[in-house]
Amino acid sequence: MKSISEVLAPGIREKTPSFDVQRIRRDFPILGQSVHGKPLVYLDNAATTQKPQTVIDALIGFYTTDCSNIHRGVHLLSERATKAYEDTRIKVKRFINAPSEREVIFVRGTTEAINLVAQSYGRTHVAAGDEVLISAMEHHSNIVPWQMLCEEKNARLRIVPMNDRGEFLMEEYEKLLGPRTRIVAVTQVSNALGTVNPVHQIVKLAHEHGVPVLIDGAQAIQHMRIDVQELGCDFYVFSGHKMYGPTGIGVLYGKERLLEAMPPYQGGGDMITSVTFEKTIFTKLPHKFEAGTPNIAAGIGLGAAVDYLEAAGFENIVAHEHDVLAYGTEVLSSLAGVTIIGTAKEKTSVLSFVVNGIHPHDVGTILDQEGIAIRTGHHCAQPVMDFFKIPATARASLGMYNTREEIDALAAGIRKVTEVFN
Amino acid sequence: MPDLRELYQEVILDHYKRPRNFHKLDHANRQADGFNPLCGDKVSVYVQVEDGVVRDAGFIGTGCAISTASASMMTESLKGKTEAEVEKLFKRFHDLVTGQLPPDADLAELGKLAVFAGVREYPVRVKCASLAWHTMHAALEGSKETVATE
Repeated sequence: MKSISEVLAPGIREKTPSFDVQRIRRDFPILGQSVHGKPLVYLDNAATTQKPQTVIDALIGFYTTDCSNIHRGVHLLSERATKAYEDTRIKVKRFINAPSEREVIFVRGTTEAINLVAQSYGRTHVAAGDEVLISAMEHHSNIVPWQMLCEEKNARLRIVPMNDRGEFLMEEYEKLLGPRTRIVAVTQVSNALGTVNPVHQIVKLAHEHGVPVLIDGAQAIQHMRIDVQELGCDFYVFSGHKMYGPTGIGVLYGKERLLEAMPPYQGGGDMITSVTFEKTIFTKLPHKFEAGTPNIAAGIGLGAAVDYLEAAGFENIVAHEHDVLAYGTEVLSSLAGVTIIGTAKEKTSVLSFVVNGIHPHDVGTILDQEGIAIRTGHHCAQPVMDFFKIPATARASLGMYNTREEIDALAAGIRKVTEVFN
Repeated sequence: MPDLRELYQEVILDHYKRPRNFHKLDHANRQADGFNPLCGDKVSVYVQVEDGVVRDAGFIGTGCAISTASASMMTESLKGKTEAEVEKLFKRFHDLVTGQLPPDADLAELGKLAVFAGVREYPVRVKCASLAWHTMHAALEGSKETVATE
């Protein structure tokens, strides 16, 4: 593994001039509060990120001035709401560089997007004896929908293993890709370990076998520039609430050719051209997959979150988060009794750790008393915990507003934990 | 702000680091498993009951300080009690950790278990303290299903 000084390019340790983290922090009203009498140190961003004022304003603005249903009213409010909601689709299309907004499907979140692909694409393409390929570091949401599909179809779920640093094993993947593989579904960034997977290579190899690939971008979309055309993936899925947007809205990007051929996932209003009791004609993309009234306010809020990320700039976000992660890795590694779980060469924004002889749940409770919010538990990735033979970890996960000072607070909190126990 | 020392009392830390009766019980005639899916705590409780009296108790599993100490101290407190006394103690303990005891309640009958009073200030930790007790209760009732605290 590279040393910290090797990982950090020269100059990165200095503050990026165009990125003022204190100014960013002021955009997030929630960060100014105290918890148990201590300033809030929010390090649970992989669970959900906080929202900038512009996103909050978008939600309030919708309910204050534009509230109405979309795609149907002839009145002005509906026209404004529809435009704001559909503007987000255009923003998301640009944000991930999708060729067309017909390929941007709004869903509730990553979980629903994966279920949609498993149920719609999966049920029409996976048959008895076929194989679905996932990795050993998937979140439960990228395991269970495929397991359900495989059970129904009598197909086989196969798992690409990882090494003890938490890295995807490309040679094993190549061996597992075979004539029965019907789809590959892999996370871009592990929520429990922070590993960044080599998704370009994963897509390239699958395509050599004619196999489509779904990339779970839930933990990637907020940390790096995503270009779905450059990635070449067939499906890319993510949630709004992990990218500074509201809960209840997420995105399924899919290649138009595949989406066109897929049957609808749910039936209802907004996804039809005509309905009689004898036959229903489904409407065109993207609405074919958007049955019922969506979370309109959240959709509009997501547009504001995209604007916020674009204004902050990914060059700045990547450099800043990389600096804080490298600093956090250095600081936590130096603490007696602390072991970092997940030490891949390519990592982003996650510091999963265990403290010798102290259960993560106790670590979490004591840190909370210091105003520090982290996640403890299995992180909806029980197979990852089983792999490392631990019941749980403590996880500090970063957003663009976190600072080195907050890492220092975390380190002081962990020292307090060991004091309480000794 | 609650004091951490109220939660992590010396006696709790001691039972966490050196849990008592931390073994399977070969002669147990009652047994049940408990699981807290939220934090992954697992516990198996073994009880030997003769003529309605708990003769011996043990447990195995993995968990945080609160759940391990609670299981350890529970096994100590059960021995020699009738099943009815055990159920009464469980109710009392449950009221203690959930903050439902009246302020003037006499803690004497809880004995050492009174150290868990601090848990009531930490609602998310109540399940840690009560997992072993719920599991023991299921063992006495002869339940075969894993006790889940969710």
